[in-house]
Amino acid sequence: MKNNHTRLKIATLSLALLCSITKAQTNKKAEQFKLPQGFNISVAADDVGRARHMAITTDGAIYVKLARPVDGKGIILLEDKDGDGKFNQSSGFGNYGGTGLYIKDNYLYASSNSEVFRYKLDKDQRVVDPSKPEKIVTGLIDRRQHETKSITLDNNGNLYVNIGAYSNSCQEADRRAGSPGRPDCPILDSAGGIWRFKIDQLNQSYNNGSRFATGLRNVVGLDWNQQDNSLYVMQHGRDQLDMFSQFFNSKQSAELPAECMYKLKEGDNAGWPYMYYDPFKKKKMLAPEYGGDGTKEANNKFIDPVVAFPAHLAPNGLLFYTGSQFPERYKNGAFVAFHGSWNRAPQPQEGYFVAFVPFANGKPSGEWEIFANGFAGVSVVNSPREAVHRPCGLALGKDGSLYVSDDTKGTIFRITYNKNSK
Amino acid sequence: MKKILYSGLLFIAFFALKTVTAQTKKPLAKPSATTNINASIQRGKAVYATLCVACHQVDGGGVPNLNPPLIKTSYVLGDKKRLINILLNGMQGVDIDGETYSNVMPPVSQFSNQQIADVLTYVRNSFGNKASAVTLTEVNSLRPKK
Repeated sequence: MKNNHTRLKIATLSLALLCSITKAQTNKKAEQFKLPQGFNISVAADDVGRARHMAITTDGAIYVKLARPVDGKGIILLEDKDGDGKFNQSSGFGNYGGTGLYIKDNYLYASSNSEVFRYKLDKDQRVVDPSKPEKIVTGLIDRRQHETKSITLDNNGNLYVNIGAYSNSCQEADRRAGSPGRPDCPILDSAGGIWRFKIDQLNQSYNNGSRFATGLRNVVGLDWNQQDNSLYVMQHGRDQLDMFSQFFNSKQSAELPAECMYKLKEGDNAGWPYMYYDPFKKKKMLAPEYGGDGTKEANNKFIDPVVAFPAHLAPNGLLFYTGSQFPERYKNGAFVAFHGSWNRAPQPQEGYFVAFVPFANGKPSGEWEIFANGFAGVSVVNSPREAVHRPCGLALGKDGSLYVSDDTKGTIFRITYNKNSK
Repeated sequence: MKKILYSGLLFIAFFALKTVTAQTKKPLAKPSATTNINASIQRGKAVYATLCVACHQVDGGGVPNLNPPLIKTSYVLGDKKRLINILLNGMQGVDIDGETYSNVMPPVSQFSNQQIADVLTYVRNSFGNKASAVTLTEVNSLRPKK
């Protein structure tokens, strides 16, 4: 009986302790974000919906693509008319959910999970007729898994669209323990790569677009690098290597493979589903679905990554910084928005931050680093739903500010630099 | 936010008390339906940790937009036959409570019927769920001889 009293006391004390810890964390909320010295983060807009990618007009208004329409509007326009840094929704249109959004040469390009549209813009870069977009791409595969279609444009009238593989690793039975890979993975003929289309032709599909690069499981963040005039993409690496538990334990499965940044030339093959990239060995490894065992290397015909990030962080946004507000070392470097992992359980989840990679002459000139952290709002994310915000899209403001979207709470963050601020 | 906090605290308090109660009763308890369920829950917890946890997470909360939660959904708490069949045959492309989930649920038919009964009993009695056990007999009736 005495024993029970002690236990009760301990339980009560633990409760009291827990309460005080929780209270302390609540008070800390305002300073939860960590950025390099001189940078500030503020909320530009809140609760806008499941905000995916963004596109910013020449006068600083923000178009946001929503994963799911709110009141029938899948694209919203945010404006800061009084210049106080707080944006309000001034209009919305496009009754489809999706991810991709891009502005170039007075057109706004937007994607659903199977089509790409473009809207003519007026001299202020506002959509002329929201109800009459041109449908330029149609009929792309959408089988729920990796269904989003991210987009970017080059300077020669081409549109690049990610078509994600509707599979984890092209197994005979998707995500089933021990199931072998399908020979000559048939998914790759219509997905698992980047397709290229013309920006000004209507109703293009597989028959009149071309597969620009293949062997990419799923890409959400991508950008055209203006400095070396090339396409860069961030791949979401494969999950669950421990489905082959004879070769991989749960820790290895949590830490492999790398999330890779690739620079793509026409015809490149990044190797999915036949290989994965091991960031510790710095090698391309044969996937267990295709005879790999964690030690066998893959065919060397597959391209190497430009940068290898830790596993499963889910890169959803990529932006090469061409603004002039940030210090010189950020110029032309890559910002990557990581949505945060789910495939590291039972270990804590990682990511939920914006990273930076310095670039010089079209190549990384240093190691990647965490640039802005604290979006999750909790110190440890044990389960993804604990994260308050999950970074998704990145966009460059006309004044050189960096905007970060969040598709969980629907917050648009603005990151600015002032060398005199602490 | 406050509400969540309070329910979280209640939850912890409940378990703190439960531990005390369980400890008190332990020497007196005889094998019964309750202890059978508890044994099944313990075995099921171990099964959950081998495979299920990767997608459905340590808290049973799943992953928004990707993997469904196992907390108080009609699929978990409802018809046991339907639930057993999801483990035997897998599931894909089904909306749950108005939300879509992208990933496929693979069949986990490599589990024995006892493991399926145990892991479902664990799930139905964890993460805030409270429902009857799934028995070996019920799994046997849907998949004889395993």
